[in-house]
Amino acid sequence: MRAFARLYQRIDETTKTNDKVSAIREYFAGASNADAAYALYFLLGNKLKPSLPTRIIRQAAARSAEIPDWLFEETYQWVGDLAETAAAMAKGTSVSCDEPLHRILLDSLIPLLQSTAGSKRASSKSPSGTLKRQELDAAVASKLIEFWSRYDLLERFVFNKLLTGNLRVGVSTKLVTKALSQCSGVPLDELTHRLMGEWEPTEAFFKQLVAPEYAENSPAKPYPFCLAHPLPDGHAREHSASDYFAEWKWDGIRAQLVRRSGQTFLWSRGEELLEGRFPEIESAAQGLPDGSVLDGEILAYRDESPMPFTLLQRRIQRKKPSPKMMQEVPVVFVAFDVLEHARQDVRGESFEKRRTMLESLPLGTPANAMTLRRSEVFEFDDWAKMFQLRDKAREYGAEGLMLKHRLGLYEVGRVTGTWWKSKVTPYTVDAVLVYAQRGHGRRAGMFSDYTFALWDEDRLVPFAKAYSGLTDEEIAKVDRWIKEHTTQRFGPVHEVPAQIVMELAFENLQVSSRHKSGIAVRFPRILRWRHDKSPQDADRLEQIKEMLRQQGNRTF
Amino acid sequence: MTEPGDGQSRQSSRFAELLECTPRGLYCPAGDFYVDPWDKVDYAILTHAHADHARWGCKRYLAAKSCESLLRVRLSNQIDLQTLSYGEPLRIKDALVTLYPAGHILGSAQVRIEVAGKVALITGDYKLQADPTCVAWEPVRCDLMVTESTFGLPVFRWPETPCVIRELIGWWQENQSQGRTSLLLAYSVGKAQRVLAEVLNACGLDVAQKIAVHGAMLGPNRAYRTAGVELPEFPSAASLPSDHDWSQSLVIGPPSSQSTGWVKRFSNPSLAMASGWMAIRGTRSRRSVDRGFVLSDHVDWPDLLTAIDTCQPEQVWVTHGFSEVVSRYLAERGMAAEVLQTQFAGEESEPANQDTPELTP
Repeated sequence: MRAFARLYQRIDETTKTNDKVSAIREYFAGASNADAAYALYFLLGNKLKPSLPTRIIRQAAARSAEIPDWLFEETYQWVGDLAETAAAMAKGTSVSCDEPLHRILLDSLIPLLQSTAGSKRASSKSPSGTLKRQELDAAVASKLIEFWSRYDLLERFVFNKLLTGNLRVGVSTKLVTKALSQCSGVPLDELTHRLMGEWEPTEAFFKQLVAPEYAENSPAKPYPFCLAHPLPDGHAREHSASDYFAEWKWDGIRAQLVRRSGQTFLWSRGEELLEGRFPEIESAAQGLPDGSVLDGEILAYRDESPMPFTLLQRRIQRKKPSPKMMQEVPVVFVAFDVLEHARQDVRGESFEKRRTMLESLPLGTPANAMTLRRSEVFEFDDWAKMFQLRDKAREYGAEGLMLKHRLGLYEVGRVTGTWWKSKVTPYTVDAVLVYAQRGHGRRAGMFSDYTFALWDEDRLVPFAKAYSGLTDEEIAKVDRWIKEHTTQRFGPVHEVPAQIVMELAFENLQVSSRHKSGIAVRFPRILRWRHDKSPQDADRLEQIKEMLRQQGNRTF
Repeated sequence: MTEPGDGQSRQSSRFAELLECTPRGLYCPAGDFYVDPWDKVDYAILTHAHADHARWGCKRYLAAKSCESLLRVRLSNQIDLQTLSYGEPLRIKDALVTLYPAGHILGSAQVRIEVAGKVALITGDYKLQADPTCVAWEPVRCDLMVTESTFGLPVFRWPETPCVIRELIGWWQENQSQGRTSLLLAYSVGKAQRVLAEVLNACGLDVAQKIAVHGAMLGPNRAYRTAGVELPEFPSAASLPSDHDWSQSLVIGPPSSQSTGWVKRFSNPSLAMASGWMAIRGTRSRRSVDRGFVLSDHVDWPDLLTAIDTCQPEQVWVTHGFSEVVSRYLAERGMAAEVLQTQFAGEESEPANQDTPELTP
C-alpha cells in the first residue's frame, strides 16, 4: 500500500509531466505483476464496483473521530473532499503499511465493497428492512474503522479514494501508457492497442501486456481512437484548403463498430461496450462483411436531421431500450472512417484511400434501412467557403466541421496535424448569480459552483450551472462576497441576492418543454464577470427563446 | 446563526464589567482599555505582533516584554509602549491584568483580566506544540475564555513537529542532489524563525551558510536576536551576487513573494510552503506549491479542546475562524459557548497574507 500511496502523492504533488512519467515508471519497475495490474487499472481511471455508499464512510469517520454527524458534514462541506475529510479525522497510525496493494484489494477492500451489496438489497421500505440495513451499515463501518487504524494518513486517503471510486489521478491515459512503454520496451502504439477494450487487472493479464509478443486476440478488441485538435487561427494562411476533406462535426456519441467472427461489438470512446443499448445499430451491422471496423458517431435522428443530445442521453442511460423509447428516439450510426477492411488493419493507409474503402462497403442499403450511414464529405478550394459552410452548421444540427488531411493516417490518440475541428462561435448570455456551492478538487472549500438565472417577467428563473471560466483571483473575490452576502442556506447550497452578472457561453441552447426554464443548455461556462452590468441588464428568457425560434431551432 | 445584536447583549450581560464586544474590539470597562483593537484607541493591550492583532495608531500600548523588539520593528520605534514580564500583575483602574505565554510566536501573550474576583482570559493566537523560539503556552484558570478557532475543525490534527522537520530536511537534501534551490514560503514573523531554529537544531549550525532569507525577514530576525533568541544572521537573497550558486540553498520567503520577481533569481526552484493550511489538499493545490509542510502556530482541533478543558472556563467566546462550529460543538458538550462577533463576518478560510505591508524592503 505504501508504494502505491506514495506514487499517488508524487503524481499529485507535481505539475510537471516528466516528473509524473518518471514516478509511474519507477513504480512499475519495482512492483510485482499482481500489484502493477491493479495500479495500472486505477491509473487509467477504472473504478471498483460497487463503490461504498458514502453514508457508511461518513458514519465510520464520525465514529472513529468521536464527533457528531453534523460536525462531520460541516467539515466535509468546508474541505470539499469526502475521502480526504474521512482520512484526516479517522484514527490511524503514523507507521506506513507494508502489505502489497493487490493483497489489500483482494483481502480487505473488495470484500468490504461486496458486503455492502447485501445492504442495498435490505434497504426495502419496511421497518425491518431499514433496521437490517442499519445493522449492516454499522458492521461495515466497524470494519472500515479497523482498516483505517492500520494505515497512515496518506494511505487512508488513497484507500478511501478507492472505496468511493474517485481516485482521479492527474495523468492522462497517454502518459500512463508512455511510462509503461518506457519501462516494458513495448512500443507505445502497440501498447495502446493492447490496452483497448475491457480487461481484468490480474497478474496474468499484466504479464501478457508487457510481453514482447502479444498472444491474446479477442474478436471484440477495438482500435485506439484518433482524436482532433481545435483548428489554430493561423492555419488557413499556411495551408491549402484543397488538402483537406471536411465533414460535419456532430454532437453525438463517438463510437467504433466492430464486426468480426460473425459478431458485432459497439464501443464508446471511453472504451465501454455499448452492448444492447442501440439494438438497431447492432442488427444493421450484421450486413457488414466480416473483418470490418468503422469509426463514427451515434446520433438520435429523425426526419433527416439530428435530435438534441439531451434526447440521445436518455438512450445511453437505458441498458435495454423499450420499443416505445426506440420509436421516440431513433438512432443512426454515421460512419466516417474505416480502420479494418477485409480483415486487414488499414490505419496506415491515407484518408483518401480509407474513404474509398468506406464507399465500397454496403452502408445505407435496404438491408440496414438507413441506420448505417456514411458521412457526407465536402471539398473546398478556398478557406472562406469552408468557413461559410461551418457557420451554417447549426442549421444542420451540427457543432461545426471536422477537417481531415487527404494523406493523413489514422493515428493513435491526439496527434497534431491530421484531424482538426472547427466549431461555430458559441451562444452567449448575460445571467445573474443566484445560488452558490462549494467546489471540489482544486477549488475545494471555495464557493466556485454557481447557478445562474434569467429574467422571466420580474422573476429570476435558474437555468444553468457553471463551474469554470473565472480566474483564481476572481473566484476568491466571489467566494468572499458569497460568504458575506448569503441570505439563506439549503444544505450546501447558499442563496445570494441578485447582484452579480456574468456572461456565459454555451455550445448549444435549445428551446425545451422538459426544462423548467424552457431552455436546455449544453456545456455552459463563464466567459467573464460583467462588473459593468447591473442585474436588471441581464437577459430575459423570452428574448432568448425568441432568438432561438427565429434561428429555426426546433422544440423538443 | 445568532443575530449580532442578540449575541452582544448576552455576551455583555454576565461579564459586563469584565469584557464587552464593541465595534472597535474587545473592551474592558473596568480598566478602560482594549485588547487587540481594530481601530485607533487610547489604550491597547496587544497579544502579539502580527498585523491583524497589532494595529498602528493607538495612543498607548501594553504588551509582553519579549514582544517589544518585534512591535517596534512592526509598528514604529516611536510608539508609547509599556511591557510586562509573563506573570507580572499590573493594576489598570479596577482591573488586574497579567500576561501569560501563548506559545504562538515570540512575545505572544494571553491576557488575564481580573475584576471583582471574576477572571477573563483572552488567548489571542496560541498553540500547545513546542517551539524553540518562544515560551511555551501556559494554562490559566478562568471564568470566561475568549479563544481563537482558526483551525477549529476536526480535520486539523497536526503531525509531530520533528516528523515535519525531518520531511522538510529530506526535501531540501533531495533538491540539493538535483541541483535545485529549495524555496520555502513561510510567514516572515514567527513561522520563518521557528523553521530556521528547528532546521539548525536538527542539522547543526554548519548548514546556516547555505540558508538565505527574503529581505522582509531581516527586521524580524534582528528583533528575535534582540529578544534573546539564538538565531544566526542570515543574508538576504537579494544582497548576494547575481551569479551566486543557489543549487544547494534553502531560501525562505514570505507567501506573497511567490508572485513577485524576487523568485526569478533562483534556478529551477522547488517550491514549498509551511502552514497549517497545507493539511488540506485543496488549499495546497490552490497555492501551486510542489510540497506542503503542515506546520502551524495555532492550536489544532484536539489541542483546542485540551486547552479549554484545562482552563475550565464557565463560559467560552469563540472568535477568529470556525467560531460557529466550535461554539455549537462546545454547547452540545454542555458548555456555555457563544460566537464572538468580530469585524469579519462569516467563516474564515486561508487568511490574507500577514506580511504584505513589509514586502517593500
